Amino acid sequence: MATTLPAPRTVGRRRNIEKYGWIYMRASGVVLVVLIFGHLFINLVAGQGVKQIDFAFIAGKYATPFWQVWDGLMLWLALIHGGNGMRTITNDYVSNPTANRLLKGAILVAVVLLILLGTLVITTFDPCPANAAPGTLPTFCSSIGR
Amino acid sequence: MVSLRPAPATKRAAAPRLPAGTVYRGHEGMWSWVLHRITGVAIFFFLLVHVLDTALVRVSPQTYNGVIDTYKQPIMGLGELVLVAAIVFHAFNGLRIILIDFWSVGTKHQRAMFWIVIVLWVVLMAGFAPRQLMVIISEVQH
Repeated sequence: MATTLPAPRTVGRRRNIEKYGWIYMRASGVVLVVLIFGHLFINLVAGQGVKQIDFAFIAGKYATPFWQVWDGLMLWLALIHGGNGMRTITNDYVSNPTANRLLKGAILVAVVLLILLGTLVITTFDPCPANAAPGTLPTFCSSIGR
Repeated sequence: MVSLRPAPATKRAAAPRLPAGTVYRGHEGMWSWVLHRITGVAIFFFLLVHVLDTALVRVSPQTYNGVIDTYKQPIMGLGELVLVAAIVFHAFNGLRIILIDFWSVGTKHQRAMFWIVIVLWVVLMAGFAPRQLMVIISEVQH
């Protein structure tokens, strides 16, 4: 008598995506504490606080690769961290499968779009743009006649 | 007559006050979880707006300055104070969660660590709040 057994399920071979999500939240969290505390100190505490922030201030920061890398890392790590957190919360509270999928889709779209936009802004930033109104540029732009 | 009741155990274990191994059921463990969620969602929505407003540096300096000036109004200054309060709690409680997960005696000390988080939060906010109020007041007088 020949019996056909269904193909055995693979056990312990499947990669556990949720585990990597769990690890990511902790790993990115530690880095984000440093990045965001530094960000808040430089922008809100040091100097004149939030009053000092304008285009010239940002241009001065982005003139150095240091702050471009800092903000770029913050952008990627924080949006993925936040998006994954929102995904977890959606799975906890939204039991309707259609609503669940729609909400998570919206979170994914928002995260991807903002990461792309933010990365584009940081990498293509011009500290001395030609369309600037008078008095809005950092002082170092005068060296190139703007 | 034969009793159908099961024979009593020779040594009855004391009923635990709480089921063993719970961090999230009641008290500090639960409230830290609630606060972590609320602050996390709030920070996420701010982050969406914050990337968009910063992206205006790519449009023109005057566009960016016009929008960022609204962040300097007193009411927004208070909003920033609340935002920083949420971030500082989320940050320290996140480190507490990591210690619960990876430190061998983390679960045992999770309650104490919650109060350490609160103390650190109070210390940092005691530093930041006066600084931010100073900036807000100088902007009102401006």
